[in-house]
Amino acid sequence: MKIELKQVTKAFNKQGNAVNDLSLTIQDGEFVALLGPSGCGKSTTMLMLAGIYKPTDGTIYFDNEPINHVEPKDRNIGMVFQSYALYPHMTVLENIMFPLKQMKVPKSERVFRAHAAAEQVQLGHLTARKPSELSGGQQQRVALARAIVKKPRLLLLDEPLSNLDARMKIEMREEIRHLQKEIGITTVMVTHDQEEAMTIADRVAVMKDGSLIQYSTPMDLYNKATNLFVAQFIGTPPMNFISGDLMKLGESYTFQENQQSRLIGIRPYDLKLGNQGNVIMNATVSLVEPLGHSNLVSARIGDKLVRFFADASYRADRGTPIVCSADLQKIAVFDKSTGQSIDTEHCIKEAFAV
Amino acid sequence: MKTQKSRLPSMTAYVVLGIITLPIILMYIWLLLNSFTTQMKYGVIPTNLTLDNWQFIWSDVVINGTEMPSIWTATLNSFLFAGSLTILELIIGVMAGYALSRLNFPGRQGLLKTTMLLHAFPSVALLIAVFYILNFLGLFDSLWGVILVKTALQIPMTAWIIKGFFDDVSWDVEWAGLIDGCTRFKVWYTIVIPLIKPGIAAVAIFAFLAGWSEFLLLYTFILSDENITLAAYLQKLMSNPNVINYGLLSAVSIFYMIPVLLFFIFTQKSLMQVNATGGKGV
Repeated sequence: MKIELKQVTKAFNKQGNAVNDLSLTIQDGEFVALLGPSGCGKSTTMLMLAGIYKPTDGTIYFDNEPINHVEPKDRNIGMVFQSYALYPHMTVLENIMFPLKQMKVPKSERVFRAHAAAEQVQLGHLTARKPSELSGGQQQRVALARAIVKKPRLLLLDEPLSNLDARMKIEMREEIRHLQKEIGITTVMVTHDQEEAMTIADRVAVMKDGSLIQYSTPMDLYNKATNLFVAQFIGTPPMNFISGDLMKLGESYTFQENQQSRLIGIRPYDLKLGNQGNVIMNATVSLVEPLGHSNLVSARIGDKLVRFFADASYRADRGTPIVCSADLQKIAVFDKSTGQSIDTEHCIKEAFAV
Repeated sequence: MKTQKSRLPSMTAYVVLGIITLPIILMYIWLLLNSFTTQMKYGVIPTNLTLDNWQFIWSDVVINGTEMPSIWTATLNSFLFAGSLTILELIIGVMAGYALSRLNFPGRQGLLKTTMLLHAFPSVALLIAVFYILNFLGLFDSLWGVILVKTALQIPMTAWIIKGFFDDVSWDVEWAGLIDGCTRFKVWYTIVIPLIKPGIAAVAIFAFLAGWSEFLLLYTFILSDENITLAAYLQKLMSNPNVINYGLLSAVSIFYMIPVLLFFIFTQKSLMQVNATGGKGV
């Protein structure tokens, strides 16, 4: 199902909007992640899609049909909550059958479909238990089975992985992704974990303070952040920012610090030890942390701390002067006052003076 | 050595508890013995064991020339009173508690505060006003009139307790129900109500006990013998201080206590659960 939000606004009180003038289109069968720090309006947006909240302004369309005033029960959606929200007084099977029961599906078909859904999430052997007798990951699967059993037009996932431990998270992530592709259902997931959003979604909508900041594929978010906020938010370890100008010296550029100038952002993976790249910077080592497969080097370029990866055999003491470099194409430049991304050309200066 | 050491503190605890509870236990034992004797030597040693005091169960009792109403009428009325009170209190309290906990309506905060104030009102202070109202409604000397009054007095506290239980139910569960295809009302009775069962059990128990032990309102507003309840029956036995049959009084008192004891034995599990965990037995 294609979903369209047109200038949707939600206000809970007069002080400000929880969601502000949000326009977003989700294609049929697409997996979209709403990403942002807590309080950015992503959960509110999802609850508006679910019909729990009504938009204060604007319109939401399901397949070009405005559904602002359609009750949640008539929207044919499935949702997985962060707390799973299973019905503790029902068994796993009853939990999964519950949506079908509301649709007045005959009992035998109900049981059959619930069992099929349970099998789909590998829970077939646990259907007689109560939710309290299951582990967190299993409860998660029940919630997922309950959400997909009625074959909804839209699947909503509200921070579905945040209560799981690290290993379980990766496992569930793959499973959700697989399941979504298998049944081809349009899916919206809310998360504050950028790694989760990047790995699972076809497109990611980054939100901040109730507004949409950027809406694009994970690769574009990583490589072509249109905004300083997105650049800071996406990627582990986070992007390095130095403020200054680049001096053109023939084929290469040298960095000169200037607090008034634009911000230059370089991903830790793009910054390299040595001078192979064409943007060359001088730095002093402040810490080398071994990670096993490589070493994470923290260094100072002028006033700013940057981090990058070095060979696992690399050793250096604090204060060692080093040279590091990056490719000009991999560098992002942001305007300090607006936070908008600008062309790299803007911070290059001809080094006449040198 | 080891076992003795660990037993010692619990022994002390039992001794201390035993001494403290002894007066209460002795009072009940005295009551029981007194109901089976015609006379107590020195007031404590039973002599002349008899079942005479218990004959109110199978025959009419005549005191001072006036015949007492049947104990079974009183018992039935007591059950009717306590039972109706429980049912009414639950229906109204559970709905009101949900509204106070979940619905946003103007004056909600004010209502929350005034219900508390209402509960602080002693029923004695309201006796005269209640009399006028019952008389006006033609419900004076009727069990149903007193049931309504008692329910009204109990509702604030019930609604408050139930509200606490509803507060503990997460919005997520309710929203999940809505998304799974229920109306708000259906969510309420198929999902939310089962979740607060321990709370409902607790409130039901308290309501029944309050109804069973109610005396003042019943004594004031019920005159006729066919509407008498057990508490008023006991009072009637003591109405003339010169001719009190203490044996009979003891027997009826014990008879009055039996349902409460049975009720407690059957419900203590849910009662204790609530007290120990504050109601989060979900």
